[in-house]
Amino acid sequence: MENMANRINTLFQKKKEKILSVFFTAGFPKLEDTIPIAVELEKSGADLIEIGIPFSDPIADGPVIQDSNKIALDNGMNLKLLLQQVKEIRKTVKLPILLMGYINPVMQYGIESFIKDSKAAGVDGFILPDLPMAEYEDQFKVLVEENELVNVFLISPTTSEERIRKIDGVSNGFIYAVSSSSTTGTKTGFTNEQELYFKKLSEMKLKNPFLIGFGVSNKETFTAVTKFATGAIIGSAFIKLLKSSSNLSTDIHDFVNNLN
Amino acid sequence: MSIYQVNEKGFYGQFGGAYIPEMLHPNIEELRLNYLKIINEPDFKTEFDQLLRDFVGRPTPLYFAKRLSERYKAKVYLKREDLCHTGAHKINNTIGQILVAKRLGKQKIIAETGAGQHGVATATVCALMGMECIVYMGQLDIDRQRPNVERMRILGAKVVPATSGNMTLKDATNEAMRHWINHPTDTHYIIGSVVGPHPYPDMVARFQSVISEEIKHQLSMEIGNPFPDYVIACVGGGSNAAGAFYHFLNDEHVNLVGVEAAGKGVNSGESAATTALGKIGVLHGSKSLLMQTEDGQVIEPYSISAGLDYPGIGPMHAHLFETGRVKFLSVTDDEAMNAGIELSRTEGIIPAIETAHAIAALQQMELDADDVVVINLSGRGDKDLETYIRWGKY
Ligand SMILES: Cc1ncc(COP(=O)(O)O)c(C=O)c1O
Repeated sequence: MENMANRINTLFQKKKEKILSVFFTAGFPKLEDTIPIAVELEKSGADLIEIGIPFSDPIADGPVIQDSNKIALDNGMNLKLLLQQVKEIRKTVKLPILLMGYINPVMQYGIESFIKDSKAAGVDGFILPDLPMAEYEDQFKVLVEENELVNVFLISPTTSEERIRKIDGVSNGFIYAVSSSSTTGTKTGFTNEQELYFKKLSEMKLKNPFLIGFGVSNKETFTAVTKFATGAIIGSAFIKLLKSSSNLSTDIHDFVNNLN
Repeated sequence: MSIYQVNEKGFYGQFGGAYIPEMLHPNIEELRLNYLKIINEPDFKTEFDQLLRDFVGRPTPLYFAKRLSERYKAKVYLKREDLCHTGAHKINNTIGQILVAKRLGKQKIIAETGAGQHGVATATVCALMGMECIVYMGQLDIDRQRPNVERMRILGAKVVPATSGNMTLKDATNEAMRHWINHPTDTHYIIGSVVGPHPYPDMVARFQSVISEEIKHQLSMEIGNPFPDYVIACVGGGSNAAGAFYHFLNDEHVNLVGVEAAGKGVNSGESAATTALGKIGVLHGSKSLLMQTEDGQVIEPYSISAGLDYPGIGPMHAHLFETGRVKFLSVTDDEAMNAGIELSRTEGIIPAIETAHAIAALQQMELDADDVVVINLSGRGDKDLETYIRWGKY
């Protein structure tokens, strides 16, 4: 059955370079915008969609994503509504979809329901940056794998090689390599030191592919990191675009097409 | 090992842990692997004890409050943390942490602050050690705790306003954590209460435990027995309470009472009474009780007291609440303000408004004439003059 293989694994089997993953916050700028944004991203040629579950206290995020979280919450976004929107998105969109968010809203929803309802809605995996690996292994892993979902862990330039290997061992889709120790949207462009880090990662021959995120905002930075990684993740730059856009359809199209 | 202490995985019962993004993992791991080793080294102990004695002014007195005792028909003692240098218990912890930071080779210090007491205590030890200091403080707290803001600046610290959320302690903590993510290698984050990811709650509790160590010793001298019937302390994040309870946790016949801020009333929608209103959740790196919506969004707390205006409590206290070892009461703004005036006029001590909550709890207790009650007088009221003046009923 075609549907049974996770869309994320299928993507990485088919495409080995320049994978573009785009992050945006659910329910932003308007509550219902989650759906048209996902549709436009697919039309424009993005490869993967990461939808942020808004949270009141996003400690790993800089001002741009903080602001989108606040607006989304003020709009009335919550996890239940987001899963309904994903169902809508799935009526047309075939791209892999990841949900990204802080652990507390997930805990309140209920871990088992979150995993099963996500699967039923057409989600392919999760990125939960403040979920400890031990707790993932205890409470998530079996259910995630039974439901053929993917869980993505972060690594940063300060993550030890030993820990990277361990994270590679529990990962089953790809690894999210944060380009610098920073909150989101804080830095743009890359230093030599960062490039050395990317190079080291690519030479580690990890079992999972890795995508680089944080600091990727345009064609130049996208091209720079995809020399080393299978792809890249764009977040804050895209959120900025959404906030200022008066025509989502053309603006998203231009944004994605200007990257390649 | 005591069931009330943190276990080897960093949990108190089901509460605690380290729920942090990967960018903070190396810092927290460095601290976790080293903090016990460092604080058990003889030269650390010597330096810590010496600074507590000569710089902070410890031991602080355990004072028999004669007129308050007459009023409440019990033997009420006040543990005078208000007499610590900088005016509150907070400095016990900042001395300990800056000595740890030095031994970890850190050059810069960041902190969050609510009432400004922790910020002042941090700025003070940074001046003492010649380290750079940045303190995050909610804009609302900057406005209501002016004198402390200026004290921090005089001491050479940079005070950075947090302008998100309700602009109080929770938001200042968010900003401090973000700063740490962006400056992981040269900076130590001095958290001001028994909150945050493991090992912070345990480390801060250990540094504050000098309070109950002294109480035991002082009571033995005073009444010939180290055990009071009650120990009462206010709870924001819970550091002064953790320190006052610490060495009594296994003495089950000593009743421990934590006092939370009810704000305008527990059910008024403007409150910070976490044990009454909270559910298990994760904020600022640990699993604890947390005031939150059904969707898991953190509810903005409210209290007239900046130091109690926090939507959670430390994981240790969540566990002490769940096990029933500590009984939690709550006190409204008005009750606390009245108690602050009462203590001023019966004992000549103007308490911090945080501390006034602990005093007000006396009214909710049924005491016998020979009950020995120790109230942890966590801080003095100098910083709160403006709030007292605005409240006006004196
Ligand atoms: C005098 C005083 N007491 C109590 C507190 C509350 O903190 P904790 O619960 O950590 O003792 C504060 C916090 O600023 C304070 O300044």
